[in-house]
This record gives sequence, structure tokens and C-alpha cells, in this order.
Amino acid sequence: MMTSLKAKVPVLLFILLLAGCWEAATNLFDIPHYIFPKLTAVLESIFDNANVLGKHFVVTLGEALLGLAFSVVCGILSAIWIDSSALARNTIYPLIVASQTIPIIALSPIMVMWFGYDLGSKIAVVILFTFFPIAMNTADGFRSADTEIGDLLRTMGAGKRDLFMKWKIPSALPSFFTGLKMAAAISVGGATLGEWLGGESGLGMFTKRAANMLRGDDVFAGVLLLSFMGIALFAAAQALEKTMLGQRRTMKS
Amino acid sequence: MSKREKLAEDPQGDALSVQGLHYGFSGEEPLFHDLSFTVKKGEFVSIVATSGMGKTTLFRLLAGLLVPGSGVIAVNGSATAKQNAVGYMPQRDCLMPWRTVQDNAAIGLELQGSSKREARRRVLELLPELGLEGTELKYPHELSGGMRQRVSFLRSLLGGGDLLLLDEPFSALDAMTRTGMQQWLLQVWEKHKKTILFITHDIDEALLLSDRVLVAARRPITELQSVEIELPRPRTYETVLDTRFVALKRALMEQFGRLNHAADAGRESLESIRPASSRSTRVQGGASG
Repeated sequence: MMTSLKAKVPVLLFILLLAGCWEAATNLFDIPHYIFPKLTAVLESIFDNANVLGKHFVVTLGEALLGLAFSVVCGILSAIWIDSSALARNTIYPLIVASQTIPIIALSPIMVMWFGYDLGSKIAVVILFTFFPIAMNTADGFRSADTEIGDLLRTMGAGKRDLFMKWKIPSALPSFFTGLKMAAAISVGGATLGEWLGGESGLGMFTKRAANMLRGDDVFAGVLLLSFMGIALFAAAQALEKTMLGQRRTMKS
Repeated sequence: MSKREKLAEDPQGDALSVQGLHYGFSGEEPLFHDLSFTVKKGEFVSIVATSGMGKTTLFRLLAGLLVPGSGVIAVNGSATAKQNAVGYMPQRDCLMPWRTVQDNAAIGLELQGSSKREARRRVLELLPELGLEGTELKYPHELSGGMRQRVSFLRSLLGGGDLLLLDEPFSALDAMTRTGMQQWLLQVWEKHKKTILFITHDIDEALLLSDRVLVAARRPITELQSVEIELPRPRTYETVLDTRFVALKRALMEQFGRLNHAADAGRESLESIRPASSRSTRVQGGASG
């Protein structure tokens, strides 16, 4: 614990330095608040609007988590399907890969047309963002399972179920967590975009409204909180990975 | 010597019997054609062959991972393709990085339906004699190459029947570790009374460990030349300096050269080498080591 804290000292100092530069530069060059607000003004805005921001924070976090949960379930199921069926591997998998080239942002308004301006469309946009990294990475994880280990278990009498539980799943876990961490980090972006497209609440809606009113400090307050949310979700996924994979994370053979 | 005499009284005691085995990958020249050989219960038999001969394929056939084109493979007298009749130890240790030493070794017992606790208990009992005491909670990446191979061996020992198939288990180890592991394997084999079929490309290793060496030198393998190794046991690394050892090695290497030659010359020269079981002259060994 001590060593991990010690390792973080440089980055914390660097963040403080950047914050200092921000405050100093905005004061020194007298930059208008709608172009680049002072750091102190942003922090002030966070404290002044703590109640409102807190409510919006919870809304956006809820959208991100719901979308993420759906993507985890569907992503894993798709990956299992792709791994277990040669037909799915030859038909679904290439489509999933190719679909990555579709600009998701362009697709997002369709979600509003389908699911309306309520929670549904926000979750749908989050799913658009997070399904692919989870499904792809998990499928790759299944595929990269060491076939020699599978053969060995077969010689010891392992059935289909044994192979899946004791070989495929443990083999795919590291890749799954890679996907989950990516998805956790971008899920906040998905939720924000969903709110931009139309909505009554959430930090995305808050920043958009503040921008329309040229309130730079409020926009930055929202953005800071959104980044914090993204980092927190990523850290949560990482913590989950650490507890699930434990010691073997350090393994590299 | 007493063990060998007992085996002689029990001619039915074949741990493995292969009859008329034919196998080849589609579109390629077959690897085995009408191949027959047997391994007696409690015997330590090495197969020595140059690379690319299909040694590993042979093991995969014996382990039930591949289905022979034709022919019968019977383990302990039963020709059904029942799995876990053999303990297969692949060339790479193939330890599961997500399992500790004890759970890696226990996987075979788990698959046979033992509870995790019972399986761990049996592993823990055996760890000290395998030189793995105190490593039960370690992960494979924390172990040296030699120790990983021991865990892999223990897994085969617990996971299968009385016939162990060891596929070049020591080929990736450095010379010093390897010598130690050979000694260790002999001790474990003598204690547990398993039958071992051992693949190697190292003639010294084959001579040091085996009761019998099977030589294959041409493709497709139609016959394995059997050479009895009548060196006294227990064998130690001093055995390799023994004159009888050297004589056997020379004989084996000559046979290898001749077989390689025979591959060009034709079948007659191959047939002139009769299986060792029908030989009258054997290299006899006294006490040593």
C-alpha cells in the first residue's frame, strides 16, 4: 500500500503543478471566463451548485452503469456464442468487427428516434459505446485459451461443462477485464452524448445548457465531474480485476 | 531385479498394447503404418526417435485425443476409448496460470469428481516427496522450470491411470536441473509402481532411465526396434560412466545410423534387426552405483 501511494506522488505533484499553471495563466493573461475560466472560479461553481451538480451526477452515473451492465451481460453472451458456434464465428464476429468502423456518434440520434428522450435512449447510446469492446475482447480471450491445456483436461476426462468452467472462462478473464476497463472509461462519454441529444437532467445536459449561456466556469465544473466519474468507473473496474485475478495478474510467461 | 522376475511370471500384464495402428494427417504421407508394440505393467520404456517422426502424435493417439485411422489401442487390456486411462504429461508444462500449485495438481482428481478439499488433501500428502513442500499456494510463474515440471508430473500422476505418457518432459531444462530431475523421476517411478512411456531424443537419458528403449528411425513408422537395457538399478548419474552403458550407447547409435541408412536402402535391412524380446544375448549388468 505504501509503495503504491509512493508511486503516485509524481503524478499528484504534476496535477498540482498543472492546476497552478492554469490559475496563474488565466490571471496573468486576463483570459475571459467564457473562453477559459479560472480554476478557483470552477471550484467555486462546484461548491455553489453542489446540490444541483450532485443530482445530475447521480443521473449520469446511473445511465452509465445501466448501459455498462447491459453491455457486460450481452457482450459475454455474444462472446460465448461466437466461441461455441463456428457459424457465429464466421458470420457474427466479422460483422461485429466491421461495425466498429461505423461512427457511433452519427448513429446516436437514431437511439433518440427509437427510445425517445427518456432514460432509454441514454442507456442505448452507452450500450453503443460499450458493447463492442467487451464482446470483442471477451471473444478474443476465449479464442486465445491455450489449446494444449484444453487437450490435457480432455485426457483427464473433462466434459464440455468442465472445459468451459475450468479452462475457457479463466483463460478469457484477463481479456474480459481489458474490455471492461475500456468500456467503463468510455461509458461516461456515451451517457453525456445521450444527454446532449435531448434530456432533462444529467451532467451532459448541465454542461450543454451552461455552454449555451456562456458560463465557462459551470461548463468546466461539469466536465471536471464527468472526468472524475470516468476515472472512478475505470478504477472500480481495475479494482474488480485485481480481486478476481489476484496474484496471476503479474504472470507473464 | 525382483520386480522384473515378477513381471516375467505374468505375461498378461500389458499396460499398453498397440495393434496394427495406422494414422496420418489427411493429404500427407502416413506417420504410422501397421504399427504394433506393447508395454508391460510397471515397465519404464523410452521411445527414441528423430524429430518430425510423429512422437507427439503417437502420444495424442494413446491419450485418446486423436482417433486412429485403423488399429487397436488397448490400455490395461481394455480397448474402449475411455479417457483418463492414461496420465499424459505434455512437453510444455501447461500449468494453468490462474491456479495455485495445489489446485493445478488437483485438477485431475477434481474432474473425476473428488471434492476440492479431498483433492487438495491428496496433493498436499504428495508434495514433500516430489520436492514441492511449501509451494502449494504459489502460482506457476513463481516457480523454476524444474519445479513446474514436477507439478506437471504430479498432475499426471494423480489425473490418470497407471500408465504415464511423458513427452520429452525435461527437454526445456538446463543440463544440471535435468540430471536432478532424471534421478527424481526414477525414485518416484520406483515408489509408485507406475508404467511409464517416455519420449526423448536424448539417447543418454533413455539409457539411464529405461528398462527398454524403442527406436524409430524411418517414416512412416512401421516397427519400433526394442532394445533391453539390462543395467542394474538403482541407477545414478555414475551409471553413464559404466562400460556397459557406453557399450549400449554405441550399439544404439549404430542402430540409429543403420536405420537411417536403411531408410534409403529398403526394408530388408530393417527386418534383419529382430525385436529384442526374441534376442538371446542381452547386456547383463551386475551391481553398481
